[in-house]
Amino acid sequence: MTAPLPAFSLADMAGTNFAFPTGASTLLCFVKEDCPTCNLAMPLLEALQASGDMPVLAAGQTADGNRTLIERHAPTFPLLDDSILKVSFAHDVETVPLVLLADGDGRELDRLVGFDRDEWRTFFEAHAPNAEVDWDALPAWRPGCGSMSQDPLFAERLRAESENSPLRARRIEIAPADDVHEFLFDQGFTDGLPVVPPTPERVLRMLAGTGRDSQEIVAKIAPNYAPATVEKIAVNAVLAGCEPEHLPVVIAAIEAICTRAFNIHGVNATTMGASPVLVVNGPIRERIGLNMRLGVLGQGTRANAAIGRAVRLAVRNLGGAKPGGTERSTLGNPMKFTMCFAEWEERSPWEPLHVERGYDASDSVVTVFAMSSGPALCVDQSSRSARQLAGSFALSLEAAHHVRAHNASDALLVVSPEHVDTLERDGFSKHDIREHIQRVTARPLAELVADEDAGGGLSPARFEAMTEQQRSRRMPKFASKDNIHIVVAGAEAGKFSGIFHGWAGGEIGSIPVSQRIEE
Amino acid sequence: MTTILDPTDERVPVARRITPRPGAIRGNVALLDIAKPRGNVLLDRLETRLAQRLPGITVNRYAKPTFTKPAPEALRRDIREANDFVVEALAD
Repeated sequence: MTAPLPAFSLADMAGTNFAFPTGASTLLCFVKEDCPTCNLAMPLLEALQASGDMPVLAAGQTADGNRTLIERHAPTFPLLDDSILKVSFAHDVETVPLVLLADGDGRELDRLVGFDRDEWRTFFEAHAPNAEVDWDALPAWRPGCGSMSQDPLFAERLRAESENSPLRARRIEIAPADDVHEFLFDQGFTDGLPVVPPTPERVLRMLAGTGRDSQEIVAKIAPNYAPATVEKIAVNAVLAGCEPEHLPVVIAAIEAICTRAFNIHGVNATTMGASPVLVVNGPIRERIGLNMRLGVLGQGTRANAAIGRAVRLAVRNLGGAKPGGTERSTLGNPMKFTMCFAEWEERSPWEPLHVERGYDASDSVVTVFAMSSGPALCVDQSSRSARQLAGSFALSLEAAHHVRAHNASDALLVVSPEHVDTLERDGFSKHDIREHIQRVTARPLAELVADEDAGGGLSPARFEAMTEQQRSRRMPKFASKDNIHIVVAGAEAGKFSGIFHGWAGGEIGSIPVSQRIEE
Repeated sequence: MTTILDPTDERVPVARRITPRPGAIRGNVALLDIAKPRGNVLLDRLETRLAQRLPGITVNRYAKPTFTKPAPEALRRDIREANDFVVEALAD
């Protein structure tokens, strides 16, 4: 005895569910609206339903098409919504119309494919003798149309779903005669450096790094607003050279940059050339081998390099932000390849970044900053007091954008261990550092006005229009001390700290965002 | 054959880059018969015309075992290594 046809339950266009098998002999039909032969068959199916010989269940392959079929043919049998094509796929429908006669247990007794008048007539005479059909008015033969469940656009997804595979991304076959790496360059999948080919095996291994469902949409990445599923992020993480344990950081960073506050579209599009800088805090740092010590902002550590790169590649490949397209940097900057590092919390006398931002010390968190340049070095090997050193930070920070540009953006200060020691010796807190930076950089507006020797700064006309009281006001570098972000990282040796210059700060540009890393 | 998963949003079809066109035919030209009926007739005629119009070139003839399957890797390699151009007689 043959195996029964696959059982299913589908709703009609009014939302009423119908189950198959039905417990009685049933005619199960697969149709699609844009198939002329299906439209030819619809009145015949209706005649069969009207005969009372056998109930008809028809599954239509698009929801809009079903609505049109209902308008056109007003069937009294249920027209079920198989627009996700799962039932068509399960029944291995190759051609529509496909008509399956099944017994009450769902076993196939007979079938019709396409339209052959003699076959249909014989079928009706055998199974629906009461149906009234004017056979002479019908054409002798009409071919059917390809089932949408066989369309290459959907077939891979349907196969993956039927096998319960976590992989749904389009598969691309690279011919043996092609060089895989050259192919990846040709397709524009890289940032200009070689990438790791994202084979299904590698992507599956990458997905093992997270407990999240592979089809969960983490964010929509501008400018395409493409859904960034966990799987698609994993594909880009493979490209970037990540290990599976890095994936949760990449996912969290993408969630963070796709917030309205961070504004990744503006960050990519700006001619200033901004890019996300990722700072990781919490227990995950050590576990995945993120560098926070010697050479922390440079090359040489896989986790740092690959995580930052994966975020950039996802923005490029999924978001569609490519130089010359919507990415319009005048100069660009090397952070657009990658920039991710961890804070050396244990070397810091202060609260780590994520705790300052409201998380528990035991949380693992990534914080994203939109930075337009850096790291610029603040070289100070001679300050012996915390006050002097914080003043050096201040003077160095004044260079951000332009010395006369005040009130414009955020800055990220990476304080090295030797500088930490100087600050700690005098009991300077992060608050003290920020206060001193604002104090030292506070300039009378007159010093910030453009002049003959340097054209950058406040416009003279605007300055002239100000009252004396306004002109005498002293303006610090930053709109608020909260725009100064401080972390600790770097080697034990060296009285140098790093400074990242922000992009447009606040609501008009980008606001730093923290995101808890789900492991 | 290497299979990879598409890292993009899949809104653009995967396109292969076309080999740059040289603008003039020189050197070795492969004529590939895919084994469809009368493909050899077309290629015979083409070979005659090429010999008349481009006497400086060398024509090499190849045939696939069957049109229903892709050319064997060895045949593709032979054609690639020994020729600058290839003309394939495709269909009926």
